[in-house]
Amino acid sequence: MRRGFTHQLNSSALDPGQRQLRIEGLGLHFGELVALDDVSLEIRQGEIMAIIGPNGAGKTSLLNCISGLYRPQKGRILFTNRGEHDTTRLSPDRIARLGIARSFQNIELFRHMSVLDNLLSGCSIHMKAGLLSCMLYWGKAEREQLAFRRFVEDIVDLLEIAAVRKQTVESLAYGLQKRVELGRALAMKPALLLLDEPMAGMNSEEKEDMARFILDVNEEHGITIVLIEHDMGVIMDISDRIAVLNFGSKIAEGSPDEIRADQAVIHAYLGDE
Amino acid sequence: MESGIFHTTYRADMALRQTPAEKVRVVLAVLLVLCFPFFADRFYLTLANQIGIAVIGAIGLNLLVGYTGQISLGQGGFMAVGAYTAGLLTAQLGVPWYGSIPLACLATAVVGGFFGIPSLRLKGLYLVIATLAAQEIILWIVTHWDAVTGGVDALVVPDPTLFGIQMNTDFRFYWVIWGLAGLTILVTVNLFRTHIGRAWIAIRDQDIAAEVMGIGLFRYKLLAFATSSFFVGLAGALIAHYRNIVTWERFTVDVSVTYLAMIIIGGLGSVAGAIFGAVFITLLPVFLNDAGQALRGVIPNIDTILPFAEQAAFGIVIILFLVLEPRGLRRIWDRIKDYFRLWPFSY
Repeated sequence: MRRGFTHQLNSSALDPGQRQLRIEGLGLHFGELVALDDVSLEIRQGEIMAIIGPNGAGKTSLLNCISGLYRPQKGRILFTNRGEHDTTRLSPDRIARLGIARSFQNIELFRHMSVLDNLLSGCSIHMKAGLLSCMLYWGKAEREQLAFRRFVEDIVDLLEIAAVRKQTVESLAYGLQKRVELGRALAMKPALLLLDEPMAGMNSEEKEDMARFILDVNEEHGITIVLIEHDMGVIMDISDRIAVLNFGSKIAEGSPDEIRADQAVIHAYLGDE
Repeated sequence: MESGIFHTTYRADMALRQTPAEKVRVVLAVLLVLCFPFFADRFYLTLANQIGIAVIGAIGLNLLVGYTGQISLGQGGFMAVGAYTAGLLTAQLGVPWYGSIPLACLATAVVGGFFGIPSLRLKGLYLVIATLAAQEIILWIVTHWDAVTGGVDALVVPDPTLFGIQMNTDFRFYWVIWGLAGLTILVTVNLFRTHIGRAWIAIRDQDIAAEVMGIGLFRYKLLAFATSSFFVGLAGALIAHYRNIVTWERFTVDVSVTYLAMIIIGGLGSVAGAIFGAVFITLLPVFLNDAGQALRGVIPNIDTILPFAEQAAFGIVIILFLVLEPRGLRRIWDRIKDYFRLWPFSY
């Protein structure tokens, strides 16, 4: 069954399978500590790419480099969305405007705002009304606000948060907050969505819901997803390809079945026999 | 009494006032402001005018501190920029008073934006110190640039006139002040219905997430400083034309602290809170003074201790507020509204 969506959440112009993000020889260190060492990775339009690895393997550091929060000392990140952009040295807000959205490991919502306002603030990059129009709430500003109010309602429906849409996010349960954070990222109409442990700390029912939402977003809207997750069951189920990091290096990459059989991965997770 | 709020259009859902009770309250408030000067005597008119100016200044400060989370101690300095710009434009260059006010607002916005630049690097207490520096720098320039500002001497501003009528009587200037205060309220309330206001709140709540959502921190922080200073400059410019006289003592760091007290007591991050705080802090010394006068017969030598007792009482009231209702008068007001929304069937 297809939902009757009037809006595409996806802003990518690529065809499925085309290269969307290319990471070349990424190196990041904090003083002596090496966080990422010569990591190369390609992400293709429309796939779900999982990044796994033991704690401290550099997974979040990799996402932070992609979204511009960390500046890698070595390597390049190239993102294709209406032309190829070298995003390695761009500021986070510029990268967001190019179409990369993300969620955080520890929920980083705007906690005094309502769910709707959180979603609407995700639309900020698409709102163009000037200061004067906004001050008078007249003309472009009003039209824009009404249009996006209607648009976020689709996200509310998709994520099944209609009952809480007017509540302040700090009053919501953890699982719902995670959903709102996903919704806020979707409100940006991203081409590439980075999810940092979207299911951390959830019970199995909530995990199931979240997995379903992620698959909906990927299949119905065709949004490319890069996700970090520790639950191997979920990873093996929903991802198309998996990259494994250990001590800042990529030790394996491939389909779930290939990763399951990979000796280096088994070694990294289980140690020597 | 109502059972719930139901909307059939997104426009109604996003309206500022959603229930009949809310609309009635706004009409009553406007009527009160419109009728007040016809009944009040001169003393209360002066107070009302002071409150109006404080409302504008407090909303400006709350926009920066309460909504955007950039704590500022530069309020007095920015008001001085507005007051001196308006005063000098009229006194020295002969710009009509109604022309000097918007120019003063713009000048203050530019100065505020300039002193907002450190906010990209500094947060919290460090930013407080940077804005304190702004306050002191501005006041130093005002008191030492004798050729332009007249230094520590008072700057005398000609009476504002409109069609030959002198405007700065308490009654006539009331309309100027409260007209502009009404406009300030409307404009700021509207701003927080749009992406610009939301971006400011986002920066306050979670600046890293805001940046990752595509909200340019530098741009929006500077915009917050400039917009806030615009209104603070307006308050300053009104003081210049209302009082006819501009002196640096009116814009010391004490003023910055008083305005911070207004928005903290009223409620941070709320236009209504700024209004409540401005009313409360302006009226508190008057009440304290009245109370002191009433005790004149009871306590001997009260005249010698009265000024100190007033200041101490002022401090105690603020401390009590912070302890008992940290979210300010706005929160108390919300509770009263909630109570009467379901009254008399509160359960």
